[in-house]
Amino acid sequence: MPEQLYWDDIGAGTEITPLVKIATTQMLVKWAGASGDFNPIHYDSVYVDSVGLGHIIIHGALKRQWLIQLLTDWIGEQGVLKKFSCQYGGMDYPRYMKTISEPQAGETWFCKGKVTRKYIEGDLHFVDCKIGLENGKGEITTSGRATIILPAK
Amino acid sequence: MLPEEIKKLVGTSGKVQFYEVEKGAIRRFADAVDDANPLYYDEKYARNSKYGSVIAPPGFFGWPLKQIRNSPLAIDIPPELESAFAQAGYPLSLVLDGGIEYEFFLPVRAGDVLSAITTIRSLRERSAEAGTIIVAFLDTIYHNQAGALVAKQQAMFIRRSFNPPSKEPANA
Repeated sequence: MPEQLYWDDIGAGTEITPLVKIATTQMLVKWAGASGDFNPIHYDSVYVDSVGLGHIIIHGALKRQWLIQLLTDWIGEQGVLKKFSCQYGGMDYPRYMKTISEPQAGETWFCKGKVTRKYIEGDLHFVDCKIGLENGKGEITTSGRATIILPAK
Repeated sequence: MLPEEIKKLVGTSGKVQFYEVEKGAIRRFADAVDDANPLYYDEKYARNSKYGSVIAPPGFFGWPLKQIRNSPLAIDIPPELESAFAQAGYPLSLVLDGGIEYEFFLPVRAGDVLSAITTIRSLRERSAEAGTIIVAFLDTIYHNQAGALVAKQQAMFIRRSFNPPSKEPANA
């Protein structure tokens, strides 16, 4: 695990350490099983064609969970994720598999974020952040906000 | 105009549901995200952490103890709302997850049994490119087995109405 992040060490504009993700059809099947979302638009190409979608799409909730990981990785064990929100603005499409474990060449996603404000309420040290998921074309397809509590030195 | 059978459901709550947070379910959830945080699977590591036991990633609230609904989706839609949507021509196949908002109060631990109650906060009809849509906001509150507040959730989802495809004009 990386070193603990402290409230004192960051300020408005500080960038959250980005998190890189590659979505594959295999990952979407795992997510369907782990989350309970079995909508076939996330794994069945024939069904996807029949409803006119054009491509298997990534679950919004998986993108949400990537953004949550972006934050929990960054704030470390002593940090607390207090509030989180995200909106799914654009669809994302996973890579197909090349081998049993490797994806085909294609898109890579970046979870990113920035501190917008830091403040103290009572004896707790808060930080507000803007977060987003960037696709391979540099477009933000999911955006959101978070409030975290960090330890202070 | 929103059909009356849908509109009258605003402000109503579904039945309390119970969610069991299994250790294995947490591990599979974290694995599906490709999140290797040892707090989610390494019992020894978690015991020595500030949490003292394995926790779930924020956003995971376990699995329903009684699978009373027959839904293929993870979005928890109260059954009364679901049948009203279907009757009004908004089938489940045309649902989109719009986004989510959480406020967390306590960590979710392996072994917890959470109770959840969902209230239909608002339903709005809008015109979109693809026809009429309904934007629904559902509020869910989770408590743990000790009766302590764990999280508040506000989910947004979108339903498209089903417009039967118009008949092809007969070619001369």
